[in-house]
Amino acid sequence: MLKLVIIMVSAVLVNNIVLSQFMGICSFLGVSKVIKNSLGMGIAVIFVMLCATAVTYPVYKYILVPYEIEYLRTVAFILLVAMFVQLVEIVLKKTMPPLYKALGVYLPLITTNCAVLGVTITNIDEEYTFIQSITNALGTGIGFTVAILLFSGVRSRIDAATGIPETFKGVPSTLIAASIVALSFMGFGGLFG
Amino acid sequence: MSRFKDLTKGFVKENPVLVTLLGMCPALAVTTMASNGIGMGLATTFVLVGSNLVISLLKKVIPDAVRLPCYIVIIAGFVTLIEFLLKGYVPALYDSLGIFLSLITVNCIILGRAEVFASKNKIIPSVLDGLGMGLGFTLALFLMGAVREIIGTGSIFGISIPFISQNPMSVFIMPAGGFFTLGVIIAVVNKLKKKKPPKEIGCAGCPNANSCSVKTEKGGKEC
Repeated sequence: MLKLVIIMVSAVLVNNIVLSQFMGICSFLGVSKVIKNSLGMGIAVIFVMLCATAVTYPVYKYILVPYEIEYLRTVAFILLVAMFVQLVEIVLKKTMPPLYKALGVYLPLITTNCAVLGVTITNIDEEYTFIQSITNALGTGIGFTVAILLFSGVRSRIDAATGIPETFKGVPSTLIAASIVALSFMGFGGLFG
Repeated sequence: MSRFKDLTKGFVKENPVLVTLLGMCPALAVTTMASNGIGMGLATTFVLVGSNLVISLLKKVIPDAVRLPCYIVIIAGFVTLIEFLLKGYVPALYDSLGIFLSLITVNCIILGRAEVFASKNKIIPSVLDGLGMGLGFTLALFLMGAVREIIGTGSIFGISIPFISQNPMSVFIMPAGGFFTLGVIIAVVNKLKKKKPPKEIGCAGCPNANSCSVKTEKGGKEC
């Protein structure tokens, strides 16, 4: 149980997927302009990460390992993730229209979000059990949501700021703001150290 | 002449990281050392050239509706190949790139070039385009890595530099320094180009642009 708590805290704060592992930067910078969109994206990422882990873990354990074709991991996982995102989109559209309306627009963006593939591969590399993998996926997703929400708050201030030099306007100032947010997350480094 | 342009446009004019802002994850993550930056850049170049070659060969065979999954499988195949090659011949680089080697599969540059260029052009221009974009990516990663290694550790390619090496600013090899360095480099490139900086990360190069339906306030699409 303690191990699960450590995995969770480490995934949310200490090794935050965006701010200390640099995965999912594209959607982090792209969708963080409006707080409402950030929340939607965050929830969609949590959802897809959980489901992707639940699908890829058994496939690795019961198909790739017994036949000794572990090297096909990258190919198998990305196909599963892409297929799964499509499937989720179709199922949600048919069965739960309100949820589809809320999350649907973010789903296509998630296929090529490296955070999702990253978390499934990390689970295998760290040799987590199924329960630990699910915990890690949930924690990582929450970490992504926390980071993108915090950052969209910072960003709304940056966009309103005046007096930024012309060359730094837009992307450069956004990146430097992200750097300061990342600096604050370094403070969690000592937890469970 | 146009072939020459296919090759060189990726170096500076359409540099994937610094101008079109694609592939930022590896650009930030592996560039704590200049040599890692070059290694990652060359690995990506290999995948880019290979996938552009195969995709332009198969462009008439692949049905339009399922083209993205097909491209992803081709790309993932080349990624597996380079993983084997690095593990066998350069194990040190394999260890230091870690998970980001597998994540070349979802690098937007590769899928973007497949969608924008290789699926519409003949073989030789596609290969040149892949080579040019890959080398441009390598150049940007080397630049990032060199700046971060010099300021963060006071050395370059492991050789220590007098004066700087006594008081390195180690924040530059940490995640925060990565964002900062990339921001400043993009600002410098903007200044040199004497053009207005890109206001936001656009959809032009995004492989998902067609299927993407996140509408921004202005009615445009946002990825």
